Amino acid sequence: MSILVYTENWDGKFKKLSFELVSYAAAIAKEMGSSVTALSIGEVADNELNKLGNFGAAKVLNVNDSRYNSFDNRALSMAVASAAQAEDAKVVIFAHTNLGKAIAPRVAIKLDAGLVSGVTELPSNFSPFIVQKKVFTGKSFTNVQVDADVKVLTFSQNSFELVETGGTAEIVAFDPQLGDDIFATSVKETNKVTGKVLLTDAEIVISGGRGMKGPENWAGLEEMADLLKAGLACSRPVSDEGWRPHTEHVGQTGKIIAPNLYFAFGISGAIQHLGGVSSSKVIVAINKDPEAPIFETADYGIVGDVQKVIPQLIEGIKEM
Amino acid sequence: MKILVLINNVPDTTTKIRFTGDNTAFDTTRVQWIINPWDELALTRSVELKEAGAVEQISVANVGAQITEPTLRKALAVGADDAIRIDAEPKDAFFVANQLAEVAKDYDIILAGIEASDYNGSAVGGMLAELLDFNSVSAVSGLNIENGELVINREIDGGSQVLSISTPVVLIVQKGIAKEPRIPAMRGIMMARKKPLNVVAPADADAKTTLVDFTLPPPKAACKMVDEENAKDLVALLHEEAKVL
Ligand SMILES: Cc1cc2nc3c(=O)[nH]c(=O)nc-3n(C[C@H](O)[C@H](O)[C@H](O)COP(=O)(O)OP(=O)(O)OC[C@H]3O[C@@H](n4cnc5c(N)ncnc54)[C@H](O)[C@@H]3O)c2cc1C
Ligand SMILES: Nc1ncnc2c1ncn2[C@@H]1O[C@H](COP(=O)(O)O)[C@@H](O)[C@H]1O
Repeated sequence: MSILVYTENWDGKFKKLSFELVSYAAAIAKEMGSSVTALSIGEVADNELNKLGNFGAAKVLNVNDSRYNSFDNRALSMAVASAAQAEDAKVVIFAHTNLGKAIAPRVAIKLDAGLVSGVTELPSNFSPFIVQKKVFTGKSFTNVQVDADVKVLTFSQNSFELVETGGTAEIVAFDPQLGDDIFATSVKETNKVTGKVLLTDAEIVISGGRGMKGPENWAGLEEMADLLKAGLACSRPVSDEGWRPHTEHVGQTGKIIAPNLYFAFGISGAIQHLGGVSSSKVIVAINKDPEAPIFETADYGIVGDVQKVIPQLIEGIKEM
Repeated sequence: MKILVLINNVPDTTTKIRFTGDNTAFDTTRVQWIINPWDELALTRSVELKEAGAVEQISVANVGAQITEPTLRKALAVGADDAIRIDAEPKDAFFVANQLAEVAKDYDIILAGIEASDYNGSAVGGMLAELLDFNSVSAVSGLNIENGELVINREIDGGSQVLSISTPVVLIVQKGIAKEPRIPAMRGIMMARKKPLNVVAPADADAKTTLVDFTLPPPKAACKMVDEENAKDLVALLHEEAKVL
């Protein structure tokens, strides 16, 4: 019996999220008297795989096969399910990323498992198995009871502290033995965002709304983002107006993020906007209107003009 | 090509979230119901493709009790040709996907939303694909049909891709699939009254999960204010007090 974690790699490297997943899985394994097996699919070098041991993986199943680079949902779910069966996994954990969300439901069906997506905590109970997740786009939480022998979870980023164990993992090659005909997704073009901090990975996010007045005023936010290694975001009208690319749009209909620190510059704080950012640990609002609803959700605020505040913040950050 | 769009009936996005019965159930009194925003965009794109001649038929399906019929009528008014309601209270994603499997199997393209705005399951589309043994593509932000071939844009973690895939397929859609949701026109609303809305008896299926209870996030402490002239102090507070810088 084991706990299986699917550790996604990005161009052969693991991000903090993968280590967070393994730490989370290790905490569950401890409670269940089990051990953690990490599954890595794609082309990842052994020294990178070894890092998973330091967060509590006892074993790493390594599927080193470039065919999976097309992210074929059917093939990937077959591979994960066969690893889960080989390891007699009672809990299978994915990240709540595009890829995790795409595969976890399929794997749950294959394993006749119960699925809980977007979990934010360790299970509060193991028999019956009960775990908390976000609902109503962060406006509420619910405890979900899983009534199936196998549980599949997708885990929300930034919900669990990394725990370094100093351990090492046994690395084992694994081959799910899928024929070429299974890989039906034919990728014609891939565009990777490079050189910028990805919004969904960023620990600090700097976001601008209509109060920024126009795309020409973003230089200060970009400078702050560079200094803090932060991601850039915006409200929906800003991307609708074409001031910023739509990939930066956060909120209920855009990206849902949960950084440690979220700066809202000239954003009123509409409920649909908050739906995408309210799980941030600390929210800072800069708005000239003291009645702006964003101040009800923010932890720190300045009532003032963004154009006056931004240069001062940049100065302060440089002095830090 | 025949398209099936899955339509979930969800509370309006501005609904105040309240619970009843010792926080065991969502309070639906005075709730305005809408088409789940991503389902609405999926439907809009389907109608555009039909107008362009790439699609012959659009059906919509919902698993729900009779109260969801206004939402299905709205989908018909936007441009679906017929609607199917599977008459069951949705219990969980596993239950819903099992209900949909029977009606979905004869379509070339099935469109589901990336998540329902109420319980945020992100599950029904993928589960349905697996039950039907269809392929699936998730985080789809663009769909074109060129000479019968599907050309799809999808978001990956850290970028985007253009790909093609054969039918039958389940596409799990997100922002970008259509620009703005289409608002039904008067003519559409009149026509929708005459379009078929078929009610189907539920299949035998269990749920694998139950929602035990709900909690609201703890009330936030008051926002700590810094004067505009002393904006630099904010940096110090974030560094020393909140320890996030
Ligand atoms: C179904 C639906 C889904 C939606 N999804 C999203 C979503 O995902 N994300 C999203 O963001 N929105 C979404 N919206 C839109 C949302 O309702 C708001 O309209 C939007 O968030 C407002 O954006 P904003 O705060 O940038 O602009 P505004 O509401 O116009 O606010 C601008 C703010 O800037 C302040 N300001 C102006 N000048 C200055 C200055 N010089 N210095 C400081 N402050 C200044 C003003 O006081 C004001 O508070 C959605 C709406 C609907 C109906
Ligand atoms: N009761 C339902 N009836 C029809 N489609 C549904 C239902 N519930 C969910 N869906 C579809 O599945 C998508 C994802 O929902 P969920 O998995 O519940 O987050 C929705 O956007 C709908 O397209």
